[in-house]
Amino acid sequence: MLIAILIGFVFALFLAFAGKFFKGKLSILISLIPLGLFIYFLQYIPNIASNQIVTESQQWIPSFGVNLDFRLDGLAMLFSLMITGIGTLVFAYTSSYLKGHVYLDRFYAYLLVFMASMLGLVLSDNIISLFIFWELTSISSFFLIGFNNTNPDSRRSAQTALAVTGIGGLLFLAGALILGSIAGTYQISEMIPLSEMIAGNAHYVLAVALIFGAAFTKSAQFPFHFWLPGAMKAPTPVSTYLHSATMVKAGIYLLFRLTPVLGGQEFWNTTLLIVGAVTMFYAAFHTLFRTDLKGILAYSTIAALGILTFLIGLGTHEALLAAGMFILVHALYKATLFLMTGAIDQGTKTRDVTVLSGLRKVMLPIAIAGILAAISNAGIPPSVGFLGKDLIYESTLNFNHSAIFLTGLAVATNVLIAYAGYVTGVKPFIGKLPTGMEHVDYPPLLIWLPPIILGVLGFVFGMFPSLVQESLIKPILTSVGRDPSQVHLKIWHGFTPILGLSVLTISLGLLVYFLWKPTKSKEDFIERFEKFSPKHILESLAVLFEKASDLWTRIFQNGYLRNYISVIIVFLVGLVSLTLLENTTYRIDYSSFSRLTIYEVVTLAIMIMSIGFAVFTKSRLAAVAATGVMGYSICLFFVFYSAPDLAMTQFTIDTLTVILFVLVLYKLPKYLKLSDYKTRVKDTVISIAFGGLITILALEVLAQPVNEEISNYYAENAYILAHGKNVVNVILVDFRGTDTMVEISVLAIAAIGVFGLLKLRLKSSERKQK
Amino acid sequence: MKTIILRTASNYLLPILLLFSIFILLRGHYLPGGGFVGGLIASIAFVLHAFANGLKDTKKLLKFHPGFLMPVGLSLAFLSGLLPVIFFDQAFMTGLWMQDPIPVIGSIGTALFFDVGVYIVVLGVTLTIIFTISESA
Repeated sequence: MLIAILIGFVFALFLAFAGKFFKGKLSILISLIPLGLFIYFLQYIPNIASNQIVTESQQWIPSFGVNLDFRLDGLAMLFSLMITGIGTLVFAYTSSYLKGHVYLDRFYAYLLVFMASMLGLVLSDNIISLFIFWELTSISSFFLIGFNNTNPDSRRSAQTALAVTGIGGLLFLAGALILGSIAGTYQISEMIPLSEMIAGNAHYVLAVALIFGAAFTKSAQFPFHFWLPGAMKAPTPVSTYLHSATMVKAGIYLLFRLTPVLGGQEFWNTTLLIVGAVTMFYAAFHTLFRTDLKGILAYSTIAALGILTFLIGLGTHEALLAAGMFILVHALYKATLFLMTGAIDQGTKTRDVTVLSGLRKVMLPIAIAGILAAISNAGIPPSVGFLGKDLIYESTLNFNHSAIFLTGLAVATNVLIAYAGYVTGVKPFIGKLPTGMEHVDYPPLLIWLPPIILGVLGFVFGMFPSLVQESLIKPILTSVGRDPSQVHLKIWHGFTPILGLSVLTISLGLLVYFLWKPTKSKEDFIERFEKFSPKHILESLAVLFEKASDLWTRIFQNGYLRNYISVIIVFLVGLVSLTLLENTTYRIDYSSFSRLTIYEVVTLAIMIMSIGFAVFTKSRLAAVAATGVMGYSICLFFVFYSAPDLAMTQFTIDTLTVILFVLVLYKLPKYLKLSDYKTRVKDTVISIAFGGLITILALEVLAQPVNEEISNYYAENAYILAHGKNVVNVILVDFRGTDTMVEISVLAIAAIGVFGLLKLRLKSSERKQK
Repeated sequence: MKTIILRTASNYLLPILLLFSIFILLRGHYLPGGGFVGGLIASIAFVLHAFANGLKDTKKLLKFHPGFLMPVGLSLAFLSGLLPVIFFDQAFMTGLWMQDPIPVIGSIGTALFFDVGVYIVVLGVTLTIIFTISESA
């Protein structure tokens, strides 16, 4: 399975080098990768149907409990098949949809990375590796959404999507770590038996809230839903792939996956129920006011995601079954609708639903696909959508609390979703063909075949539910720890209240469709409430952040080196003196002091003199020379206290520092203006505070008992183990040689930095002179 | 600062200082010294030469950009650490030593090569920084 996941990444990398071969007609060949993976996963169907779980484990960072553990169970199977199956169709569709695009190879590389990350996400059993794949999907979807990078709107939506899902990713990491430390393992399958213990932990609510944050941002739940309509700026294959089967379902997947671990608690269920209900109704209501095909689909997708969250929140046996079924149903019809939209957009160059009509005359196969999807979407038998809707009503009706209200809400949402399906899947194809669209090109095979396949599948599964019942739907329940033996999917249950609700939904949906016409003015009307939308609020927050960071930068990063130094020093003094004031007993250990000798007194006198000279001189060079004298005097102290190595190094360093200073300062003009009195007083205070702090620290260090174990070890073993008598050097090149290795690398990097900065500036100034 | 005295002196000082820096480098294992100080002394030798004769002359003398010394030194240090891994199946940076010491240089081991690497990197880094700054100042 590791190879199945990695192949996408590897081939994406390969495309980076050999992309130009796959830009032309060969691009269709890339679809063989998802197709191969689809077949690969299909072969495990018998295992899954007989409740065998396929696992595979690779050690990664075993000391942290982070491993690449892959686990293919019912839930993972459903998602893997959707990712690779719909992936195959999207890949094939793309080769025609973006034919001749300059960056087609790049597009495929992004798509492959995305697909591979998605597979890794649904197959990971380790919550940390799941997180890593989760982040990879955010990053790769950023590139996909912003694929038309010359369009500022597109870039903006990509950024919004990345920001929202990225914040969710951070929350996920925090939640995963808390969950892992509560459970003592990062394996999700190992957490399931511990669910009671986890629920009893004091941090349970925090962990769940963080995971909710991740799932709600990814799955576009209110109030984070706004990135999804924005993401419609992406090319249609991307919208199809991201919003029907993969990206946005990742949050749902996470909730599903963690239901046996975290579910069954009031906080879990109530939150999901409320958020899901608000999202589904809010988004379904919004579909009424959109005129862009993709906009309508975006909101109906959000509503579908809301339904899924809502169902997981119900958490009953029937609800989870309904959710599992609805994931499949939604993926099939939503992908069809998106692919159909792409075909219409490509043919007519518009997606405005108020203009489009009668297109069946020019693109019949697309019309068939669209109508099939609309039927499944509305839940009309014998489509699979009917089964999905049935299960939803069954779970709300049998819920033990305010069942009528919940059912009513579900019906209302489904009516609006059905309306959205009619508007997008039926309306563009019926009625009179508007003038100017008679000569729309007939769509090529690769454009109309994928939506037809998906649309037909929706009916095949609906008429023969046994096809998916044993192999997919039952194992989903097993994988969340429920007993699937009572599941019998069928179209005809007899005259039950559920059937009545279904009929009601379908007919009300039709009624809304005939009575309500989407117009531009209605869209403008809803735009007026934009000020109160979460999107607007979050955007203003972002602007606020920008301003705050701007202010911050202006104060602290103002470009004056002297300010940087004083900020650093003041901060350090403040921080260290706070600790010193709080928990230090001041005692000076006079006994450890050695007696003052005459050379020390003389050196000290020289130091004081050079300090005075450095402070009061009017010439920069003289001040630099005076600090050089200071440095040499310190070297002398090293010599007095038998640290010749240190002295030598300090001596050479001081020499070079003075040379550097001279080089820089020599070219500067003489002191033009001395800093004013106030600044000088301020600087004096800072300097004295810093000097005082260092003195206190030095005295404190002296008073601490010294641990001599390490230094004794080095002294004893320097000759025995490393053949050297100079302990300092042996430590540098042998005992701690790796440190030195890294240090010289850092030195080299610093030199390259200096070289790069100065040479670049030179070049630009040279250019100006020319 | 192109005085005739300094210029004459620097012609003699350059080889002497370089020899001295190598001496410091080699004695490092037994007595105060080592690659770091050695490299710094060597760079002082070149900087002194540059002060006396001008940067152009020093660069001509060097024949190549001092920046090239950095990768050379880094790879030498790295290879000396890698040597035990490749040939003797021991941990990275294990010290290996020849049986008998060689006259003048002393015992030869991977640590010595490592130190030589440090010497070269330090020389390269210091000269790159100083030459770049003095060119742009």
